[in-house]
Amino acid sequence: MAVSKDYAGRTFPATEPYEVSRVKIAEFADAIGDPNPVYRDRDAATAAGYPDVIAPPTFPIVVTMAASGQAIADPGLGINYALVVHGEQRFSYARPLRAGDVVTAQSTIETIKTLGRNVVMTTRTEVRTVAGEQVCTAYSTLVERGTAGEAE
Amino acid sequence: MVKYADVEAGGELPPASYPVARLNLVKYCGASGDFNVIHWNERIARAVGLPDVIAHGMFTMAQAARYVTDWAGDPGAMTEFGVRFSAPVVVPDDDGFVSIEVTGTIEEKLDDNRVAVALTARSGGAKVLTRSRAVVRLP
Repeated sequence: MAVSKDYAGRTFPATEPYEVSRVKIAEFADAIGDPNPVYRDRDAATAAGYPDVIAPPTFPIVVTMAASGQAIADPGLGINYALVVHGEQRFSYARPLRAGDVVTAQSTIETIKTLGRNVVMTTRTEVRTVAGEQVCTAYSTLVERGTAGEAE
Repeated sequence: MVKYADVEAGGELPPASYPVARLNLVKYCGASGDFNVIHWNERIARAVGLPDVIAHGMFTMAQAARYVTDWAGDPGAMTEFGVRFSAPVVVPDDDGFVSIEVTGTIEEKLDDNRVAVALTARSGGAKVLTRSRAVVRLP
């Protein structure tokens, strides 16, 4: 199925509010194998100057993927997720996410291009607290391998 | 803790190596919510043209982040972090693990006590992260 280039420029609705919890941060830190105490121990985090445990730098993907996943799962876009690989990822941080934050993520598909037989899509996802504080912005490049030219 | 005054452009960070096995990918699926089958099912991974199950790009990126935050001392000090996934980290179903080897060089010193670090990660003889850069604020 061909990917619909009409989706370039489209902004999707913000996700439902997501509450960042200590348990989820610790689970994520365990999964990536990072033993840093500021991800687990409130005292270590406050000693480092934070109000509560903070999340690892790549943790925002938990929130931003839910937003960009909305776009990828849109049947009108026509992406086959099993063929998708992650090309590039970038974050710009105002501050680290921390336990107690309640945030939403809102994705925009910035570009959709054909590169050889691959389809390359870039997204920008804004992570904000429900109070409106900008926390970070995630930029993703996703590549759907080998489908360009099909059924067009 | 590394201090801004103590680093110079061109300086190298000590290399580090991080292990990854299938269990790590299963845990990462659950922790991240990314259950793409190519990260846990070799039958489907091969059917879509991959050599075997591959690690999530974000798992590899997390190792590179840890490399920088362990060096900088404060994980909250990162202001920018970007990577390009240039080759997959292939994770076979065996009793061992594969290694992700990360190296870094001070690319430039910026204003406001910020430092840009250029990063490279290798696994199985391939460069798995290229054009990768983190900016951290040092004391």
